[in-house]
Amino acid sequence: MKGYARYFGNKVIWFIITFIVAFVINVIRPRLMPGDPVAAIVARMAQNATNTAGLQAIYRQYTELFHTNEPLLTQFLFYIRNVFNGDFGFSFSQYPRTVAAVLRTSLWWTVMLQFPAIIIGWILGNSLGALAAYRKGGYDALILPVSVFASALPAFGMATILLVIFGVTLKWLPTSGGYGFDLIPAFNWKFIWSVVLHYQLPFWSIVLIAIGGQAIGMRSMSIYELNADYVKYARFMGVKDSKIIRYVFRNAMLPQITGLALAIGTMVGGALVAEIVFSYPGLGTTLLSAILGQDYPLVSAITLIITIMVLIANFALEILYGFIDPRIKAAQSD
Amino acid sequence: MKNTLKQIFHSGKFVVGFCIFTSIVLTVIIFPLFVKDPPLGIISQGTFLPPGIYVNVFDSIGTQPYILNLDDAAAKRIASKLSDDDRAAIKEWLVKAGIPEHQIDTTDTKALLTLWENNYDPTKKIPGMIFAKTRYYERLNASLQGLLSSEGITIGSTDAVSGTLASPSTIRRTDYVNIRDVPNVRLLLLGTENFGRDVTVELISATGVSLLIGIVAGLIATTIGLIIGLAAGYIGGVVDDILTFITNIFIVIPSFILLILISFSIGQEKRGAVTIAIVIGFTSWVWTARAVRAQVISLRNRDHVSLSKLSGHPIARIIFTDILPYIASYVFMALILQISSAILTEAGLAILGLGPRTTDVPTLGLMLNWAFIYQAQVLGKWWAYLPVIVVIALVSFSLNLMNTGLDQVYNPALRE
Repeated sequence: MKGYARYFGNKVIWFIITFIVAFVINVIRPRLMPGDPVAAIVARMAQNATNTAGLQAIYRQYTELFHTNEPLLTQFLFYIRNVFNGDFGFSFSQYPRTVAAVLRTSLWWTVMLQFPAIIIGWILGNSLGALAAYRKGGYDALILPVSVFASALPAFGMATILLVIFGVTLKWLPTSGGYGFDLIPAFNWKFIWSVVLHYQLPFWSIVLIAIGGQAIGMRSMSIYELNADYVKYARFMGVKDSKIIRYVFRNAMLPQITGLALAIGTMVGGALVAEIVFSYPGLGTTLLSAILGQDYPLVSAITLIITIMVLIANFALEILYGFIDPRIKAAQSD
Repeated sequence: MKNTLKQIFHSGKFVVGFCIFTSIVLTVIIFPLFVKDPPLGIISQGTFLPPGIYVNVFDSIGTQPYILNLDDAAAKRIASKLSDDDRAAIKEWLVKAGIPEHQIDTTDTKALLTLWENNYDPTKKIPGMIFAKTRYYERLNASLQGLLSSEGITIGSTDAVSGTLASPSTIRRTDYVNIRDVPNVRLLLLGTENFGRDVTVELISATGVSLLIGIVAGLIATTIGLIIGLAAGYIGGVVDDILTFITNIFIVIPSFILLILISFSIGQEKRGAVTIAIVIGFTSWVWTARAVRAQVISLRNRDHVSLSKLSGHPIARIIFTDILPYIASYVFMALILQISSAILTEAGLAILGLGPRTTDVPTLGLMLNWAFIYQAQVLGKWWAYLPVIVVIALVSFSLNLMNTGLDQVYNPALRE
């Protein structure tokens, strides 16, 4: 048990350090951006105003509101204090809404879309990969190129193809949004059914991509394990095939769990873009509008939230890994 | 070396990937030698012209006509003007106007048109018919005028001096021009996109720029990864600790998020294609560094390296002659993957609106970004986005296939 405690302690320290670094990068980077976003808002708000004194007053008020006149360090301290109170400040492009209010809704759409999709894709991909390695022959010859092609297709490419086939041509499923544009979010069957329908295309576009990548990884790992000496020895001893397979795939699975962590980290990029193709009301679409509106509190809040999501997912997987992989315990206890 | 190459080119997967990739690269190099159009030149008025051969109407009138007597010409002419929907609409109008339904046969074109010409009256008010529908019937009637006659049409031209109308020529229904006689014919293989640019020319130029971005980013990422991996693995000690610490931090922070933040802070005007490539390169070295470090650590204590050290060879020589050759195959495979993922990353960034600035060069990502902004996918303008996605997928597929092939050559355990 002491070995585990040390392993977990190590991981927790790592988690905290990475978190701090990610946080600093997140806050500092967008603030180094050239141009004055406050000036941009004022210009947008006062397009028809001619009163210069009035404009200056508006500008001063906004500068004080957003603290953009303070030195970078002060801004940074302000930001930290506010973030720990759950306050990300005001959104520049959607003022007077706060960043927290903008994110509260979109965050859930993204979480509900991405995590189930990545996990289901991972499970299906690994099963297919294992099957390809075990059955070999024609089955393998079919699955490998298809998987390589599927994983080569970018997430937005898969999203567009599904959108055009099932949304535009066949008209089976709706093409954009998270629910019907004529509905108000409420807990009734009509709304839930609409959400389910709108969920299908973004969901499957992420799942199909994930299947490809995971199948390739699992296939190589399984072939590697199937050729290992212990398998040959076990076959020699007359151990039943089904029993050998269980061991082989358990061993091949281990690296694939790291693969799941990696998938969550890298899918974020691709899946955010896939959301944009479907105008899904998640973080991706919000991020796009924040970038177009030069809204740096919103951009850094979104990137921070995504980073935290990925960090937590990674952390959880590493902890899980510690329980599954006996070698970690062995490595820590000597 | 020769033997390895022979082995590599015996791998079916590598050869297929290599052929696809080479043909893409050759197209990118050779095509601009023959077609000198600027890739961002706007040639069409109006957006999303469908793919096809565009023949200049003015020139084709002045071209020497040939007479061809083809039996199905009239039928085809009618079919293009009178679709099944139109026939049903005609029937609907006639029924409402009081013609008994059994007298109307929508399959008999001649009878149907005669019935229509005799009965249609634009001033007649049909109860309950909306205005748009009434206008539709007026347009239909106009397009059907004279469809059954065999007369030609007369071309009129205005005399510049007297202003009188002269008719220099008549066009018969049996006149054909040979497309080679018409001086102005333009093949738009993939139509035009939302700005009215030729998609084919733009796509080929964009593929070139995207490949360049991929190669620059891949080389930068691999070089950084190689240097950090070698330093961490070979020197070891405190250097290794610090470098591993940095690498581990960057592994957990999603690199795409880092990219978004950096591209966002650079700002639209300063983002050229090369800048984007450099930024992508600087954010994607992490996995290469980690893998190179692991390999170098396993090589560091091999006998031939120890011997080299004992002989007093300088570090540079040990690295170049005793370590690099052993990890070269791995580094090359990592480079291939880096190139392919950099191309995908550029496309992802561009779709978010963070790609290279839009004024100097097209890239695959920018083309997709424009197509999505102009809703090409919803409007059914497949030629604006599908070829781009296919090219991205082909480039990345061929690179991944080459990589899988190489993997099987260098890792005998993976061979069937």
